[in-house]
Amino acid sequence: MAEPSIDQIEKVITESLVTFGADPDAISRDAELDALDVDSLDLAELSQIIEENFGVELSSNDVSEIHTVGDAIDIVAERAK
Amino acid sequence: MSEVVVTGVGAVTPLGVGAAKLHERWAAGVCGIENGEGRCDELVVSDHFSVKEARRADRFAQLVLVAAGEALAAAGWDSELPYDATRIGAIIGTGIGGIGTIEANDRTLLEQGPKLVSPLAVPLMMGNAGAAAVSMRHGLKGPSYGVVSACAAGTHAIGSAMRAIQYGDATAVVAGGTEAALTPLSRAAFAAVDALSPSGISRPFDARRDGFVMGEGAGVLVLENGEAARARGARILAIVRGYGATSDAFHITAPPASGEGAAAAISRALEDAELTPDDLVYVNAHGTSTPINDRAETAALKTALGERAKTIPISSTKSAIGHLLGAAGAVEAVATILALRARLLPPTIGLEQPDPELDLDYIPNLARTLDLDEGRRAVAISNSFGFGGHNAVLCLEAT
Repeated sequence: MAEPSIDQIEKVITESLVTFGADPDAISRDAELDALDVDSLDLAELSQIIEENFGVELSSNDVSEIHTVGDAIDIVAERAK
Repeated sequence: MSEVVVTGVGAVTPLGVGAAKLHERWAAGVCGIENGEGRCDELVVSDHFSVKEARRADRFAQLVLVAAGEALAAAGWDSELPYDATRIGAIIGTGIGGIGTIEANDRTLLEQGPKLVSPLAVPLMMGNAGAAAVSMRHGLKGPSYGVVSACAAGTHAIGSAMRAIQYGDATAVVAGGTEAALTPLSRAAFAAVDALSPSGISRPFDARRDGFVMGEGAGVLVLENGEAARARGARILAIVRGYGATSDAFHITAPPASGEGAAAAISRALEDAELTPDDLVYVNAHGTSTPINDRAETAALKTALGERAKTIPISSTKSAIGHLLGAAGAVEAVATILALRARLLPPTIGLEQPDPELDLDYIPNLARTLDLDEGRRAVAISNSFGFGGHNAVLCLEAT
């Protein structure tokens, strides 16, 4: 799988969060997932989407380190290298 | 025993969103069945749920959330709960649970593999999801659980709620039933067991009846300890007088022709209410429009009510909305209460060719005014019977 660009990762994650019900206007790199009302079930689903799109498998430990949208983008970019 | 009263009702049915529409449209002879199914087309999900709320609830949970919202508002609970939250329960029946979710995830499993099965699959498909959703939405912290007894589930849920209040486990319970099983697997499965009407017409007690028409929907009642409800000045719509539940122990999909288990449930409900057949002014029949149910139910009514069976007006809500499976009993309890309160008994729609073997007064096609003699109370029974041989009957009195 070719290494995805940050923009590609950001697009997939943003679209996923919107699908989960987050307010599109509130989504930014610094936005806290709690503030977007993203919970553990959403993160489990996001992990599936990330693996499906980028071949990156996130463990529950990885997921527990994700607090902001930027955290999610960065960990995927790092692991997809 | 504590008296258990009804202080609010709500319904989402193929006749519309709202309990009043169920009563008014059914009484006017409107049938909500189209193309052989009773869909809740009037419900616009986005009017009631955010994107997140909608995707966190299977349709069967969405339907009961809408009905519960109406019932709680009617009970005057919309701004704040009238009792300590730990004293209020939620008991919601369903026949199948989140079958739409099960089918969708099964497709994912077969087409894309196990890794893409949704993390939401379990919380959406579980049969207790309706009770959980109502508890969470309204902050109800008393006993909450699902009740599963096929097409008797809604009635069992109300009966169980009544007992929880009588025993003192709760001061109030939001009770009801819900079903959203208009799905490919469910249709095929009910057709395979030869239960569905090939003609797509629900005409209970008619000689041409050929099976039930499946519908979706939900009904909810707010039940309260009578003393507590009166103390808070609640408007009391009805009293749950009695409850009877029995089993046929006979066959997994068919009742005995004698309807003896159903008859015993009717008798038990009347005993529980300390009433006699003479006290009844209406019967809301299970009346599925299957050849066997309507015959066995008629036999059961004759056994349980004796000569009185021939003079009590009887009608089937399923003639107007189809068979709502695990929601049926709850929706029909709502319909019964509103009919008694309006003193207007809705008809069995489509009953044009009487079956010579079925010789009771099924209120064919035209609603009937309920004239009560001085001193006579507005008391009815509502029958529900489910695959597995489950029989449940409520005795309800409108105030």
